[in-house]
Parts: sequence; structure tokens; C-alpha cells
Amino acid sequence: MKKILALLLAGCMAFALCACGTAADPQPADDGDAAASGDTITIGVFEPQSGDNGAGGKQEILGMQYANSVCPTVEIDGKTYNVKLAIADNESSNDKAVSAAKTLISKNPSIILGSYGSGVSIAASETFAQAGIPAMGVTCTNPQVTEGNSHYFRICFLDPFQGTVLANFAKDELGATKVYCLGQLGNDYDQGLLNYFKQAAEAAGIECVVESFPENNSDFNSYLTNAKNQGCDVIFAPTSISYAQLIVEQAAAQGITMPLLAPDTWDSNVILGAAQGKNLEIYVSTFYAEGGDPDFEAGIKEWINADSTNLSNNGGNDMLAAVTVMGYDAYFTALEAIKAAGSADPAAVMAALPSVTYTGVSGSIAFDEIGDAVRDSAFIKTANVTDNVWDFVAVQGVE
Amino acid sequence: MSELISANLPYLLAGISVGGQYALIAIGYTMVYGILRLINFAHGDVFMVAGLIMVYATASLPIYVSVVLVLVFTVILGVLIEKVAYKPLRSAPRMSVMISAIGVSYLLQNCALYFTGGLPQIYPTIPFLSKVIKIGSASTKMVTVITPILTLALVFALVFLIKKTKIGMAMRAVSKDFETSELMGIKINNVISMTFVIGCFLAAVGSLLYFSNYPSVIPTSGAMPGLKAFVAAVFGGIGSVPGAVIGAFIIGICENIIKGMGLTVFSDAFTFVLLIIILLVKPTGIFGEKSTDKV
Repeated sequence: MKKILALLLAGCMAFALCACGTAADPQPADDGDAAASGDTITIGVFEPQSGDNGAGGKQEILGMQYANSVCPTVEIDGKTYNVKLAIADNESSNDKAVSAAKTLISKNPSIILGSYGSGVSIAASETFAQAGIPAMGVTCTNPQVTEGNSHYFRICFLDPFQGTVLANFAKDELGATKVYCLGQLGNDYDQGLLNYFKQAAEAAGIECVVESFPENNSDFNSYLTNAKNQGCDVIFAPTSISYAQLIVEQAAAQGITMPLLAPDTWDSNVILGAAQGKNLEIYVSTFYAEGGDPDFEAGIKEWINADSTNLSNNGGNDMLAAVTVMGYDAYFTALEAIKAAGSADPAAVMAALPSVTYTGVSGSIAFDEIGDAVRDSAFIKTANVTDNVWDFVAVQGVE
Repeated sequence: MSELISANLPYLLAGISVGGQYALIAIGYTMVYGILRLINFAHGDVFMVAGLIMVYATASLPIYVSVVLVLVFTVILGVLIEKVAYKPLRSAPRMSVMISAIGVSYLLQNCALYFTGGLPQIYPTIPFLSKVIKIGSASTKMVTVITPILTLALVFALVFLIKKTKIGMAMRAVSKDFETSELMGIKINNVISMTFVIGCFLAAVGSLLYFSNYPSVIPTSGAMPGLKAFVAAVFGGIGSVPGAVIGAFIIGICENIIKGMGLTVFSDAFTFVLLIIILLVKPTGIFGEKSTDKV
């Protein structure tokens, strides 16, 4: 009896699996115009929705979803197509990135946006290239994402630039002489920025102490003590949000008074929540400072507040993250590319992308010969621990 | 000299506090192993779920009520896991139970992933534990001081329970010989349930202390502390409660000293190298009993 039951159950599961397989793997259309089946154009969204970068990825998706709600159609040759977002979760993990990328490709997108986090973008790059689908990085800042390939583009600044901006800021505004640099071991984004920051800082005459922590580490007390004991006067920590939150908490508990300096990942209301009411100085460099475009901000805040899912994806309040703004601009840049291509065919979009220009909320976007956006300034913001908002400090460039 | 102490005190404090938290988890591993000869891989995840229960409980309840709820629910969860996933396999080969434990571990992690949406959950501040205090020149949270004291108090209570009470005697009997003690009229199921109650209760206390120090709960939060606590249990001699506690403190302190020496990259590697060395040199751990396999 038991055996029959077990067999029956196994059969059910096998059947369910088969059913899943066919559902996730739709038959591609016969001709080349696969991307525009009927009158719908699909834009792939390749973002982390869980894992260390889940919070940031969700905020980036929010920008795209809002853009999609503002402009849900695109017109090609007088015909109006609906634009649909297909979202895949890469789980912030380099191992999962490829299978998430394949899931997306099976949905026949014309172009893929993402990802938050450079490591996963680099990991999935090859998969996109093989499928012949262009990808556009929204906030992945590591140079390797676009280097040496023709299908990956991006609309944000790069880490060599960001590292230099932060090193200049540390030197000019914070008067740093010795900086403690802390990043996650084996994370392309963290280690890349540590490297570029160190180069720029040492060129500017700042001494650097570089240390790394292993994945899933949550005890930062000893690292912070190291910073104090080595006589550093600034801590630079290009980590993902979940580690950043722990660093902020433990720095406050240890009574660390030296400024914490961080790149775009830290520009999040999660960090503000952790720092609220504590005696801490936090500076971040980012893509957009709140107040840059009041009309746009009012619109997106209303949209976020109107839906409880959006609100919780944004971390429970309507504070605007720079990555959300970048997600919004990325969507419209993608539409521009599709219009310029005059077709939803990925190959045509890829061919059209290098010459696409678009003026978005975060500034004007144009691509250079590598496929990177031409950007020459970053915003520096500081955490206001009493009012729980980011205060604008300066626009910092590289001289 | 005083400068040397003030510079290194924070490492020691961090080590003792994290060691105490590992100890509370390690006891759960070591007791379950002692009784069932099962390495309960889901234990680290029970610890993580205790953290999540706290996050969700405080959303609607006062903080001290939530603390009680966390303790109660974690214990219920632990016993439930035993009844559903381990008990039906009691006569199965030991490997099957272990695989079942790994299954439960992943089930808990994925349920947590589903409920949290994959986002790190910010652990609520327990005012008493999170108060910032100064010890010498080092500033730290109250929980750092509370942890070792509470850990030792709980361990003494537990040792007393094992040595002096009737249920403790039953536990010792069951861990010596499963079948014979059953023949002697000991209700095996009660003893095993009790083991899980104690293990999970201590894991819940550990989670309160651990997450007060590191206030972010993600589905894999339990993996690393769980693994290290397991190493601590092996290090101290799996099956021995005092051994697990001492092993946990040694691992916690060494880990932080290594970070302080500037070898930050190797802090985790150290723990696992230690595990390998112990297994090679003294497979039964510091306090492990010599295995007396009778033929």
C-alpha cells in the first residue's frame, strides 16, 4: 500500500515538473521577429530581489515599473506596441545569475536591463551575448561589465571614476590622511572599488589600510577596532546594503566617530534607518540627489504610496533612492533604443544602441565607444541622523 | 601596558560575546547528538527562525511579550521538527535521518526567503540589551557583557538538570544505551522531546543575544553561526555539554584575535582548519568519551 502511495506521489511530482518545464519554456516563434509576438514588446529585467542586494534590486525595479506605468506603449512605424516587463531574480548570487538570465531569454526580450550589483552582471554577460540580446546596466559600476564586449551597455558612471571622486572627497572635504578600506571577499563590486579608491587615494597622498571580510560575516567589531587601532581617520566601506547596515550598527555601538565614506550602494533608506539617532557621520556618492526634479518625484512618490507592495519594496517609506531614478531612466533609454531600431528585434536594438541619446531625470545619457555612459560628476550626500533624510553635500567631479 | 589592553580589549569582548552565542547554539547540537546520534543540521536554521519570529512579533506586540513568544514558538518549532521529520525515521539508517535534517534546514531557509521576500529584516532593539556601555576605554553594547554571564548561568542550570534530576538521569541513560533504557521503562519519546525543548530554548536565547549584537536577519543568517557552533561542539567533544561551551568560547575568541592580527581574510578558514586538525589529532574532541563499541 505504502509503495503504491509513494509511486503515485512521485508520479505527481514528476508530472508537475514536466508541466513547469513546458510553461517556462515557450516555443519560440518561427521568424526573426520573435521579440514582438503580436503587439507586445518585452523588456527583460535582470535584478536581485533576494540575497544581499535584494533591497537595492527591488528599488531599481520600482523605477522601471513606474516608468512602465507612465509610458506603457511604444510606437514603431505607426503601430503601437504594449511594453511588458519580464522580471527575473538573480538572487544577488553569481551562481544563480546564469539560470536567471536563461529564464529571461526564454521570454524573448528585445533588451535586458540590469543588474544591480556588478558581479551578477559580469556572470550573466556571456549568456546574453550568446543569445544575441543587448543588455543595459543600470547601476552596475564595475568596468568589466562592458569591457571587451559589444552587447553590454550602461547608463551610470564607473568605479574608477567613483573611486577617484570618493578619494578626492576624502582628501578635500574630510581631510583624511589614513583611510581604513573594508570590502567583502570575492565580490567584484567591493574589491573593484577598493582597488580604484586605493589607487586614487595613494596618488593624492592618503595612506590606505585594506581589509576584507568573508561572505555571510556579521561580526564587524574587530574590523572597526582595527580601524581605530591603526589610527585611521576615515572608514571607506564599499559593501552591499545588508553588511552596511551591520557596520553602521556596530560602529555606533563602539562609539566610532570617524566619518564613514561609501559608494552608491549605501544610498538607501535602510542605511538611514540604521543610522537614525546615532552619533555617526556617513557620506555616500550617488547618481541622483533628491530634489533634482520635483515633478517626477511627486509623481513617483504618489505611485509608491498608492500600492502597499511598492511601499514595502521601497523599504516601507516613500524616500527615493538614486537607483530607482536610474531604473526609470533606463526604461526610457531602452524605449529610445527600440524606437531608433524601428523594430523589437534584439539584433536591431543592439545595433541602434551606441547612437542612442536620452535626457533623463538623472542627466543626459549617451554612450561612448565601450558602451559606457558619458558621466562626469557624482553627487555626494550625507545622512542626517536626526531628520532621517539624506542631505545634499556637493557635486564632485574628477579634475 | 594599559595602552596595549585598551587597544585589544574590544577584540576580547567581541570574542567572548560571540563565543557565548555560539555556545548556546552548540549545546543544541551536542545534546541531540548525545541522545540520538544525529547531527541536527536544521539547528542553525531554527536559530534564524527564532530571529524572524522576533522581527514579526514586535511588529504588533510589546517587546518583552515578544521575547516570551520567541522562546515558546522556537521550542514548539523544534519539537515539531523532531516529531515530523525525525521520529518516523527512528528505525531507519542513521544516514536517512541526517538527510532529512538537511532537508528541514533548506525548507526553513526557503520558507524564510518566501516570508521575508529575500530582504534583510532589521532586528528590533531590545532596550536593555542594546544600551551602549563603556568598559575601560572600549564602548560596546550591554549584550556583550550579558552574554557570557547568561551563558554560564544557563550551562550550570543545564548541568544540574542532567546530573541531579530524574529526566536528566533518563537522558544520560538514553545516551548510553537506547534500547536498554527503553527496556528499563524510560519513555524514550519524552526524553527526546525534552532534548529538543532544551536545545531550541537555548538557541532562542542565543538568537536574542546574537541578533541584538548584529541586528539583521536574512534566511542564511543561521548557516554560519550554526556551522561554527557545530565545529565548537566537535571541538569540545560532541555529546559533552561543557566541552561544547568551552569549544565555542575558544572559537569565538580565536576568530576575533585573528581578525585583530590583520589576517581578516582567514578568520573563517581558521575555524574549519581547527575542525580538520581536531578530527585528525583527537577525533573525540577535548572532552569526548572514548568510544566503547561493544561487540
